[in-house]
Amino acid sequence: MQIDLSRFRDTFFQESAEHLAEMEAGLLRLEREPNDTELLNAIFRAAHSIKGASGTFGFEDVARFTHGLESLLDRLRAGQIAVTHALVDTLLRSGDLLRELLARAAAGTPAPEQMAALLSELERASGGAASAPAPAPARTGAPEYATAKAYRIHFRPSIDLFQQGMDPLLILRDLAALGHAVATADASQLPPLTSLDPEQCYLGWTVRLETTKTAEEIRDVFAFVEDSAEIGVEPEALEAQPAAVPVAAAEPKSAAAPAGTASLRVATSKVDKLIDLVGELVIAQSMAKAIVDAFEPSRLHQLREAMAETERYTRELQERVMSVRMLPIGQVFSRFPRLVRDVAAQLGKRVRVEMAGEETELDKGVVERMSDPLTHLVRNAIDHGIETPEERRRLGKPEEGLLRLEAYHQSGNVMVAVSDDGRGLNAGRIRQKAVERGLIAENAVLSNEQAYNLIFEPGFSTAEKVSDVSGRGVGMDVVKRNVQALNGSVAVDTQAGGGTTVSIRLPLTLAILDGLLLKVGAETYVMPLVSIVESIRPRADQVRGVAGKGDVVAVRGDVLPLVRLHELFAIPAAVTDPCCGLTVIMESGGQRTALLVDELLGQQQVVVKSLEAHYRKVRGVLGATILGDGRPALILDAAGLAEAAHGISNEETA
Amino acid sequence: MAKTVLIVDDSASMRQMLAFTLQQGGFDVVEGCNGQEGLGQLDGRKVDLILTDLNMPVMDGITFIKNLRTRAELRGTPVLMLTTESHETMKQQGKAAGATGWIVKPFQPDKLLAVIARVLP
Amino acid sequence: MQSTQPAGAAAGLKANTSDVDQYLTFGLGQEEYGIEILKVQEIKGYSAITPIPNTPAHVKGVMNLRGTVVPVVDLRSKFSMEAMEYNKFTVIIVVTVGAKIAGLVVDAVSDVLNIPSSEIRPAPDFGSRADTRFITGMASSGEKLTVLLDVDRLLGEEELAAGSES
Repeated sequence: MQIDLSRFRDTFFQESAEHLAEMEAGLLRLEREPNDTELLNAIFRAAHSIKGASGTFGFEDVARFTHGLESLLDRLRAGQIAVTHALVDTLLRSGDLLRELLARAAAGTPAPEQMAALLSELERASGGAASAPAPAPARTGAPEYATAKAYRIHFRPSIDLFQQGMDPLLILRDLAALGHAVATADASQLPPLTSLDPEQCYLGWTVRLETTKTAEEIRDVFAFVEDSAEIGVEPEALEAQPAAVPVAAAEPKSAAAPAGTASLRVATSKVDKLIDLVGELVIAQSMAKAIVDAFEPSRLHQLREAMAETERYTRELQERVMSVRMLPIGQVFSRFPRLVRDVAAQLGKRVRVEMAGEETELDKGVVERMSDPLTHLVRNAIDHGIETPEERRRLGKPEEGLLRLEAYHQSGNVMVAVSDDGRGLNAGRIRQKAVERGLIAENAVLSNEQAYNLIFEPGFSTAEKVSDVSGRGVGMDVVKRNVQALNGSVAVDTQAGGGTTVSIRLPLTLAILDGLLLKVGAETYVMPLVSIVESIRPRADQVRGVAGKGDVVAVRGDVLPLVRLHELFAIPAAVTDPCCGLTVIMESGGQRTALLVDELLGQQQVVVKSLEAHYRKVRGVLGATILGDGRPALILDAAGLAEAAHGISNEETA
Repeated sequence: MAKTVLIVDDSASMRQMLAFTLQQGGFDVVEGCNGQEGLGQLDGRKVDLILTDLNMPVMDGITFIKNLRTRAELRGTPVLMLTTESHETMKQQGKAAGATGWIVKPFQPDKLLAVIARVLP
Repeated sequence: MQSTQPAGAAAGLKANTSDVDQYLTFGLGQEEYGIEILKVQEIKGYSAITPIPNTPAHVKGVMNLRGTVVPVVDLRSKFSMEAMEYNKFTVIIVVTVGAKIAGLVVDAVSDVLNIPSSEIRPAPDFGSRADTRFITGMASSGEKLTVLLDVDRLLGEEELAAGSES
């Protein structure tokens, strides 16, 4: 029967990637805890698993290389070789090569040249040629003659045969299948009934078999019991070998890419809950439908309730489906111990990594897009933040620097912080550099905080020399942009000589927003509810013009700049008098602004669609959504509007 | 009435493959990803055959086999070890623990079914 | 060499040989234009367009393409032709440029033509309302002259952003 195994390749690649990650994490820990036997076992198992599975799928190079790796790891865990920094280095590099081998196996391209060299290195490190993988023993059977021969077979199983789950009748059956057999039982060892243990085997057999099969093939029938039975096959007694048939190498016809970012692993409990919810939703919906089908006005109340229930389940379903895409940020964090080790070594620094909150979950898309920014921050911290061991010693700090990665939830957001205990930011030098780069005027007055935020400006760097590690620090503006593209924000906190912390705030769910629908002219806009403080219709005396700055609205003692949305967006046919339209007070970054619109249409939960995906970012616009009538509506960005508003008032000053 | 096979292996791809092959062969399959889970799967369920990997976390194959053989209803159940090497130590250890036989990885699916046929009535 | 195929099916076809490419041709005012069929995803009727603030005049706004929000460029406006009112006969050609999707508002879709590269002549500096930087060449079949457009250039970053962002 032809069974095609290629459908399982994806799982194999995914699993192997996980095993490799385990192996790497284990090796990094091993450097600090070289005598942890459980750790050594775990590392060994990871390599062993990859070896076993790769053989089954016919990935020869992977199997061969992993075998060499496994031999070394075996000796390591048996205590025959010591854990050294150099050894861990070799093993880490082997892990890297293995990753490459797997990628090539998936693509069907041949192994890279380094494989042979690294393999010999592994052999040398394990103190001698690694034993070649047990070759699949070749069939030694010579082509049979067609003539039948007779054999006299003697079979006396050991007394505990049954306890191995073996039934001797099955063996007799298999013998009989080889030709013509006549079996005679030998009950001479059978004890009296009273002392008979039914779970012990007292019988033996003599079988006369006429067959065209070879003696070896006959012996093969006894493969599982040969150690625990007396077996005789006359006229010959060949040493039978279990004929393990080599697997034909699976031909990778097309590049079956290992499941990368296009798939998810989801806990079955999450899926079960979703299935339950859908069930409830279907019931709620059919109940509503039943009411509608037999509707009369007196049932309106019931209908409302049924709709409310449907809405409840829909909302919960929404949230849970979103959570399916949630991944722990630990997936991104897990790369860093290795990265830190390599970068620190490259720069001659000693750095220890601490992580907290790895289980904090984020949308999969966000997690993936945070990978590069975080990598940059980590590199930066090691390159520019943490001092050399000598310098640290002079400063009375521990020689080993600390890099801390932390993630936690905070009021509907996820905070991710990268901190180091290095030299911190120098506001003075930043100011100076900013002036040199033309980013600020020479006599500009800046608070320390404003100075620190300058590092996020494009074209800024305080690095004295270009290091290829973090590339001149030019990435900070990219980090900020990436974070903003995810609707997040980034802030920096620092202490001269004490270290720096870069904090990133990310919204928890990108895709669903509670919004307020606003009408301006012929257009409908959505304002995120979180940005709205209140909405008012001011009296004429509350609105004043400030010379050269535009209009302001006085609200309970606060004076807020008034922004006319129709002006900002150049929309015709809108209400222009704040006393006739609706003024929405919005808040962003601690500042409040009054926004004039025509009217409020209602509150609604909307699905956020990206504007940037196919167009680009537009200031004042956070994204778009599709309204119930199928028309797109823009979602306003309070921060962008506030900025634009102050831009207008600034322009009018000039 | 289809026979039930318990497969115990910490590799998901291995389990997937074995399950698929066994189902093609007309068997019902239950799974565990280590010896401990394997024992759990055996509670209150009748299985006709057990396939187990040897190298697994939490509880390895040999321990698993020894353990299951202490259960009266499982003393006569055929147990096959899935092993990457075919050497004496493995065979002896396995047999001592109570294994019926073994299959060497890598193996072809039909070979698996053939070996299974040998230990099942 | 002309072949008329329903536009929907045409969108899935590949170029026949390396020397003959297929183009979707459409009309704008008095002129006939063509774009590579490989870039065409589909052809839509008019769809409600929501304007985006502070964008160049030819970027009319965004439309809903089965749940995706996609920008719409009015080619008449882009080529400084006189504007036409949108009605239910207005056609939007949905094109893909790299990973992005956009809609082009045109008067009407004409045909799918197989144009061998030998028949494509370089564009003269005059004679077309479209800016020469968007033109990859011209082809003639019988009496009709088709101006071939570079969709990537047409919808490039600078083009979509030009004139916006205060």
